Amino acid sequence: MKLTDDEKAMLDGSRGKAHQKAMELLVRYAEALDAERFVDTDNVAGVPGTSNMFLENYYKQPGDRYDVIYSLFDLDSDEIVPVPRITVNSCHLQGGVDPENWETLGAKPEALRISQAGETSAASHGIRILKTCTPYLAGNVPKRGDHCAWMESSAVVYCNSVLGARTNTEGRESTSAAMITGKIPDWGFHRDEFRFASHRIDVEVPVESLMDWGMLGYYTGEVIGERIPVLIGQYGKPDLIRHKHFGAAAASSGGVEMYHMVGVTPEAPTLAAALGPNKPAETFHYGKAERRRTYETLNSRGKDPNVDYVMLGCPHAALEQIQEICRLLDGKKISSNVRLWVFTSRAVRAVADAQGYSKIIRDAGGVVITDTCSAIGQALPPDTKVAALDSAKQVHYLPAIMGIQAWFGSTADCINAALTGRWNGVAP
Amino acid sequence: MNIVLRGRKVVGGVAEGEALVTRDTISGWGGVNPMLGTIIESRHELRGVSFKDKILVCPGAKGSSGWSAMFHTCRLAGTAPKAVVFNEMTTKIALGCVVMRVPSITELDRDPLDVIETGDWVKVDADRGVIEIRKAVQKASSG
Repeated sequence: MKLTDDEKAMLDGSRGKAHQKAMELLVRYAEALDAERFVDTDNVAGVPGTSNMFLENYYKQPGDRYDVIYSLFDLDSDEIVPVPRITVNSCHLQGGVDPENWETLGAKPEALRISQAGETSAASHGIRILKTCTPYLAGNVPKRGDHCAWMESSAVVYCNSVLGARTNTEGRESTSAAMITGKIPDWGFHRDEFRFASHRIDVEVPVESLMDWGMLGYYTGEVIGERIPVLIGQYGKPDLIRHKHFGAAAASSGGVEMYHMVGVTPEAPTLAAALGPNKPAETFHYGKAERRRTYETLNSRGKDPNVDYVMLGCPHAALEQIQEICRLLDGKKISSNVRLWVFTSRAVRAVADAQGYSKIIRDAGGVVITDTCSAIGQALPPDTKVAALDSAKQVHYLPAIMGIQAWFGSTADCINAALTGRWNGVAP
Repeated sequence: MNIVLRGRKVVGGVAEGEALVTRDTISGWGGVNPMLGTIIESRHELRGVSFKDKILVCPGAKGSSGWSAMFHTCRLAGTAPKAVVFNEMTTKIALGCVVMRVPSITELDRDPLDVIETGDWVKVDADRGVIEIRKAVQKASSG
């Protein structure tokens, strides 16, 4: 690898132990990738120093708990080093428990204590506590061309595709090291030649609703895997929320980290611009049969029409989605057999509180929760058997992680299930 | 006779053991149970199967950015594979192999998914960029 003087100084320890350990990890990582150099980054999103019961019990070494976890786990160091003040623009993504709703989430006091302690430490080191999978809805919006180091597959695909900023899907260890060093391997999506589409998807049915976009995203991930698609055809102009659900689904069923939509995304003014020097290795057709099959796949873990849990806000709900939930609830109370949990960021909930949306949902029998979700937090209402979800990403993960049934449909289908306790979703 | 493939070191070291082969890419977070070392993804062909102490042979990684942290946790819990052989390089699998600290290799001169079957004995010498395979079942020559 070619290291700059700055990077060499970090590696040889002249910038302190933490920089050295962070750089050692980044060099191991860059060599694994076969990267030739690093790029500078001033936008890092990760889960630095976050602990949990397993890590608390595993690392019994004495010392400041944040230093211990950050050193031994985040930096994969065999030595505990003091974490310096973070000067790179860095934020903490989702994780831990909502301090206002931890009891609803079924968290133990010890879990809350660990979460709060980590948060206090991260904040005191200069890391912004966004506590969301949607940093771009909570004040972190990089501009086109910015080199970022982000975790969270749904945020990564949004960053590359919609914002035109540049990030690979980083992991916890690489983001925590980048927060200290401001460096990340110059590989993959940081490089122009890597960002062109390799595969084409012709969209041959209208794609309009949020549910439509979730299904198209899930299909895209299934056929594309880890490659880069360009979509062309019958879609309207998706708004931010539709991009959020499309990208999250594509990143879950496959490993899509960037997509192009001709006439929509910034690096795809034309089909030719999206493809660059590439000819599509394959062209897929998304028609009625593919849409039907995707819907059936997404509902393959639903059997019992009696729903006892409705989870919305994956990825974390935008304010407009919370407003829509309020409109659909229409002043009614949800069924006494159902729990309704709506997940969002602290930033969005603050506005939802001010608008009166949180109260409308509470009065209907639901609750607006921040910081986490049922999959990340492995938190369900007691005795949940059957969930209703409007997120293709969440239906991909939640039944597998928690061993429950789940239905996929529109937000309206889900609110209907919350009000009646029955799933009445219909295939498109 | 052993089959020899040559590739590129991802993480150095030498390990040998029984192969566990899949043609499905692997999800980390939400796709494995790190306490047991098992795959839990709903429609994965290895659902319920453990990779603990195996030579894991797979196309690569997919899904959540929690991949590395999940396999890192496998290392701490003692459920990690002994070595990883894969085809498609991604940041997820690169970082995951680094923090698992297991010999890992990619860019092989033949597709390991065509050559290696579950149950074969595989020695991964990542430092030299070589893997040796002893087949569990010798196939009769098709002539």
